[in-house]
Amino acid sequence: MTARYPFSAIAGQDELKQALLLTAVDPLIGGLLAFGDRGTGKSTAVRALAALLPKMRATTGCAYHCDPGSPDAQCAACRKQAQHKVRSIPIPVVDLPLGATEDRVIGALDLERALTKGEKAFEPGLLAQANRGYLYVDEVNLLEDHIVDLLLDVAASGENVVEREGLSIRHPARFVLVGSGNPEEGELRPQLLDRFGLSVEVRTPGDVTTWVDIVKRRESFERDPTAFLAQWQKAEDKTRRRITAARKRLNDVAVPDDVLERAAELCIHLKTDGLRGQLTLMRAARALAAFEGAKETGIVHLRRMAAPALRHRLRRNPLDETGSATRIDRALAEVFGP
Amino acid sequence: MTSLPGPPPDLRSADAALAALLLAIDPIGLGGAVLRGAGGPVRDAWISRFRDLLPAGSHVGKLPAYVAADRLLGGLDVPATLSAGRPMFEKGILATADDGALILNSAERLETDKAALIAAAMDSGEAAVQRDGISSRLPARFALIACDESQAEDEAVPSALAERLAFHLDFSDMMSLEGSDASGIDTLRKRMAFTTVPAEISEALCTSAIALGIGSLRAGLFALKAARALAALRGHNIVTAEDAAVAARLVLAPRAVRFPAADQPEEAAEPQEPDAPAPDQDAQNDNSSPGEMTELILEAVRPVLPKGLLEALDMAVLAQSAKSGGGALSAKAGTRRGRPAGKRKGDPRNGARLNLIETLRTAAPWQRLRLKLAPGRTGIQVRREDFRINRYKQRNETTAVFVVDASGSAALQRMAEAKGAVELILADCYVRRDRIALISFRGRKAEVLLPPTRSLQRARRSLADLPGGGGTPLGAAIDQAALIADQVRRGGGKPLLVFLTDGRGNIARDGTADRAAALRDAAEAARALRVQGFRTMVIDISATPSDAARQLAGNMAATYLPLPMLMPAASLARFRPP
Repeated sequence: MTARYPFSAIAGQDELKQALLLTAVDPLIGGLLAFGDRGTGKSTAVRALAALLPKMRATTGCAYHCDPGSPDAQCAACRKQAQHKVRSIPIPVVDLPLGATEDRVIGALDLERALTKGEKAFEPGLLAQANRGYLYVDEVNLLEDHIVDLLLDVAASGENVVEREGLSIRHPARFVLVGSGNPEEGELRPQLLDRFGLSVEVRTPGDVTTWVDIVKRRESFERDPTAFLAQWQKAEDKTRRRITAARKRLNDVAVPDDVLERAAELCIHLKTDGLRGQLTLMRAARALAAFEGAKETGIVHLRRMAAPALRHRLRRNPLDETGSATRIDRALAEVFGP
Repeated sequence: MTSLPGPPPDLRSADAALAALLLAIDPIGLGGAVLRGAGGPVRDAWISRFRDLLPAGSHVGKLPAYVAADRLLGGLDVPATLSAGRPMFEKGILATADDGALILNSAERLETDKAALIAAAMDSGEAAVQRDGISSRLPARFALIACDESQAEDEAVPSALAERLAFHLDFSDMMSLEGSDASGIDTLRKRMAFTTVPAEISEALCTSAIALGIGSLRAGLFALKAARALAALRGHNIVTAEDAAVAARLVLAPRAVRFPAADQPEEAAEPQEPDAPAPDQDAQNDNSSPGEMTELILEAVRPVLPKGLLEALDMAVLAQSAKSGGGALSAKAGTRRGRPAGKRKGDPRNGARLNLIETLRTAAPWQRLRLKLAPGRTGIQVRREDFRINRYKQRNETTAVFVVDASGSAALQRMAEAKGAVELILADCYVRRDRIALISFRGRKAEVLLPPTRSLQRARRSLADLPGGGGTPLGAAIDQAALIADQVRRGGGKPLLVFLTDGRGNIARDGTADRAAALRDAAEAARALRVQGFRTMVIDISATPSDAARQLAGNMAATYLPLPMLMPAASLARFRPP
């Protein structure tokens, strides 16, 4: 396995990094879409997340690494067992490469065992691997439509149902869907767009300092990955501790009623489709409050998360050059004052 | 793109020879090269020189442009699987090329989705396979040589690939390849590992890239690596300003999208200096400031910038959009039956493709039983009812082809409103995920501003930039529209032609300003279009509904709609494609 560029060493792209960290604090935010220019480190950031995430407890020997602590979310086999052997494993960050076929995504009959031993066994797919973790699709707008449909179904239900080749299997598949892509290759289907909790627009930095930082760091990473990783280890550990602390705090962070009302007001003002936007906005604002050590969610947090939580849910006038970010800024100013 | 007035061939020849050397020193880091221009002895010489420079035993493979995803990544080895009785994996082209190089001929024909697969492998250094029941990751680190033989303006190497290749070399009109001698690439590679780049040189390279309007960070990184390889080649351990200047000429110049103003670098660098006291060793180097260095680099780049940079840019954008739109233009009739959409039971006849893995899966549970029933037989027992075939979804989405009259007469009148009408229809296209193409006609000819694409962003941009004024080459516009519509139909789509014009053609097909000939040509083209049977509508954009436009609609058998002053919702509904 080749060394991965450390998350903390990514220069610039603050909105993207922030959004990724928040999905780690509260996976229920519902995924992240990073759309933007080429060569801006979108996939580097997502792949770097794997090394940063704290470990999780999982049932030993379970293909879906069920959580021994929450029986409701377990697979059928784990639920039957009274006692679980538990191990600590890294949170999975699974790549769904382009060109993946349906059988590998949802899982299928284990061909080798079927042919050589005549056994009917299920070979879990990528959705099983991604359970309780992340599923990452680079160039998500180029993904084949039937695979997209499949992801939509599973993402909505949290369960993967396999009915094929005489197999009848259902298993938990709750994952944070992360997609990235370049809008010049084509737009994303509106149905899929809405499934992503947060969305960020990634631009090439325009200032020399950031460019130089990025290029220099990348260069020294490629030259000696081990030394580079060691150099950033402290920063990585620190961020990891922040994530863990924020997760513990998350449920104690209150959301006062007036903040809820303001969120609703903002969504109505922006005419976002459906309730999903408002829910995501609340969750994201709360996760941000937890991450920054605040006791309760404030208007500050709401304002900062408005763009990533809502920008992809605005009714689009495709020829309006005003970016969605500007429209949200305007609405924020109108609802909250400057 | 080959007709650009670029730098003279002899200068390009020397640079190309140098690029081959640098690429051989750091093939993985520099990614590879795009070789532009029709194939010929010089290009072949370049490839064989590059091949000779690589260490003995390096694998140099061929990558056909019409490659299938399973050959690219690897998949089930059919003969081996059948004889072994269990699934056998076959390495794909990408993994086979590990530690070597791949030559991609006719790179402009590569489809976007395949380009994305190759790009993903270049980024991760691995071929990740999740198909045909196989899950594997194999190392795939290679340099890619993409030969771009595009002739037409709307062809180009997929931008996702070009972006990842350090050198973009133009071989057109090149008579010979400059000589160069390098022996011991191994030694040079080792030396490159020890070269260092002074902080002000990295900064100067980045500043230059920004000054040249380059939007991708990869370019900056490539320039830096090329400079290091060059330093190794020239035998010094610290990259000098001269190395950087040459690297910039090789890597940055072909990517430039704007001409740097002479005083630009100072301006660009100035605001950075006070608020960014670069934390590194920047301070000790007092002999030359990054600003001066940048000027030095830009000075080296300037002479090789193509002269008509603006036009070049336009063409590049156009070419890119052709690729980005899903490669529909390159999809020839019959070669593509749509996107894979799962599998179903069926007979692999009449051109249907057998899906072997699914067939084996279906057969698998019955193996014991079948072997018991037919003693003496060996191997996998597959019966006809096990056959599974691939299902493809035909693309029959609508492609709205807008043909916008941007001539003087139309522009004066209702250009803004015409744009408005297009916008309304476009808004609808987005919801339905249809594709859009844009043709404008003015002056002497009709021009495809935007080949069929799904990207609203591009449509928006081209429409906003639509220039106006000049004659009305209506006949040429109709011909062009028919051409695009035909391509769309052959690709399996449904074209919808929308003409926005006042119908007053005054330029004949041959470009002469002869009103009578122009009218004759337009009527002829319109009737020719009618025979094709495309769905067509004419939106009359003249101030008051004109006979000319109505007549045009009649000739085309098109729906005629005068553009109302204000477009009410009800009339908008009539624009909605079926």
